[in-house]
Amino acid sequence: MNNLLIWPVAVPLLSALLALLWPRRSTWIGVLGTALSLLAVVLVSRQVIESGAIELALGGWSPGLGIALRADGLSVLMLLMSTLVSMAVAVYASVYFSRSERRSEFWVLWLLLITALHALFLSGDLFNLYVTLELLGLSAVVLACLGGSRESLQAALNYLVLGLLGSMAFLIGVALIYAGYGTLDMAALAVAIESGPTAWLALSLMTGGLLIKSALFPLHFWLPPAHSNAPAPVSAVLSALVVKAALYLILRLWLALFDEVVTQTAALILGLLGGIAVLWGSWAALQAERLKLMAAYSTVAQVGYLFLFLPLLAALPEGTTRDVALGALVLLALTHGFAKSAFFLAAGVIMQRAGHDRIAELGGTARALPVTAFTLALAGVALIGLPPSGSFLAKWQLLSSVFITGQWIWLPVIAIGTLLAGAYTFRLLGYAFAPGEGVGPSLSVGREEIPAVLLALVATLVLGFWASAVWELVPISAYAGGEG
Amino acid sequence: MTQALIYALTGAVLFMLGVRATLLRDALLPRLLALNVCGAGVFLIFVSLAYRGDSLPVDPVPHALVLTGLVVAISATALALALNRRLREMADE
Repeated sequence: MNNLLIWPVAVPLLSALLALLWPRRSTWIGVLGTALSLLAVVLVSRQVIESGAIELALGGWSPGLGIALRADGLSVLMLLMSTLVSMAVAVYASVYFSRSERRSEFWVLWLLLITALHALFLSGDLFNLYVTLELLGLSAVVLACLGGSRESLQAALNYLVLGLLGSMAFLIGVALIYAGYGTLDMAALAVAIESGPTAWLALSLMTGGLLIKSALFPLHFWLPPAHSNAPAPVSAVLSALVVKAALYLILRLWLALFDEVVTQTAALILGLLGGIAVLWGSWAALQAERLKLMAAYSTVAQVGYLFLFLPLLAALPEGTTRDVALGALVLLALTHGFAKSAFFLAAGVIMQRAGHDRIAELGGTARALPVTAFTLALAGVALIGLPPSGSFLAKWQLLSSVFITGQWIWLPVIAIGTLLAGAYTFRLLGYAFAPGEGVGPSLSVGREEIPAVLLALVATLVLGFWASAVWELVPISAYAGGEG
Repeated sequence: MTQALIYALTGAVLFMLGVRATLLRDALLPRLLALNVCGAGVFLIFVSLAYRGDSLPVDPVPHALVLTGLVVAISATALALALNRRLREMADE
């Protein structure tokens, strides 16, 4: 039964090869391959929920010599988010790229991106993580420049160079770990790693590399141009999923592998950078003149919130309280994933209809595209953190962790960040619901409007009402050094 | 062990030089070269790790890792150069 674990990686990889060999049918292969990957992830998740963390030694070589795939609560949650978001985005992209000559390129790279994401969430080996990070980065860069404009190429090139630098830093950390402990298997390392100069240096280098990829302030500058100039379906997965992959790795490293090395000061520094990201990103989103640029700056801010949890997690004693805070972090990341992908897809619908995404000229959107305007409003609810969205519950827990640990410094950051998020959302909705002719006359609901509204509903309703599942899954860990 | 240590330290110095130039230069080609210097530094560290003294055979794992790393580095460099060429063509048009 453990062999199930290979399918979330194998299905998209095989579909990518098929799409490459059969470009005329690439749309069908792309959507079907994404749907089958979703099925594989659901089967794996069911097994993890029923019987706890599972492991697969690839090719029968035991970990240490061979490499292992592992699925536990955290990886299953990330997998479910990425596969559900990619399913919705794939349906949207089948319309978006239906007349594009880059159609077949898109689907091959799309399936490779899903392969890399799934392999990253399942990988139990540090070097394998480096390889999946590079695969993810390379496919994301090429997808980001599919629009073909000068700005998108320039932004993608910058993204590539910085991403490579980040991977190099990660790789040198991997080398130090191998020098110090003689293994790269994460379960063995979770037990072996002790506080010391090697572990400390390795953690700093790997975290530094991942901070570039997760775009934490002040390393965020590549993100807004790259995400806002990509085609809409690509922006959606870049902001919702690719950034989260680096964040997932930071969580794994900090909580499971290096839990004895992490100091309160180091966590505090990341928390402070996160706080600045929340304020600065939200402020820049409020100033943005284009819808997609606003969404990209909002991602910078939302990533900041996730880093606010690190000093709180470091201060909380291991046990239920810490698991509750960790669950809130994951819930916030998931809600943002669904809300931001919905937001970018809605922006894509508007751009295709109106030919622009200048916020001040969006009057009439609500009349011409009622479903899309509703999507923007729903996604906005989740971005601000209003009930009943998942982020409301997550921020509630964030605040209660602040009270428990007495780290009052985060209180004004959360309050001001939420107010600014409200401001930029309502500024957008003010224009979108105003009368005007900016978007063109009213037409029936298009097929391309449905995926976005479903994603937004998941963020605001499903994750809000069924959030307890997240808290039940998070403590299932494959890495003994972490939660136990 | 000292000889391996010299190699590893050289690798670390190369890595830092590469990082510095990648961040400070503006033009793409020098940045790309700097990234490759960075990579060479990382790979040198890996290779020096494989040495386990004259009596023992070298550890094959770091060598395998370097091979994978080289493949990734060369593909990424090629992609960056192709993107840069496309940008140049656009500038000429």
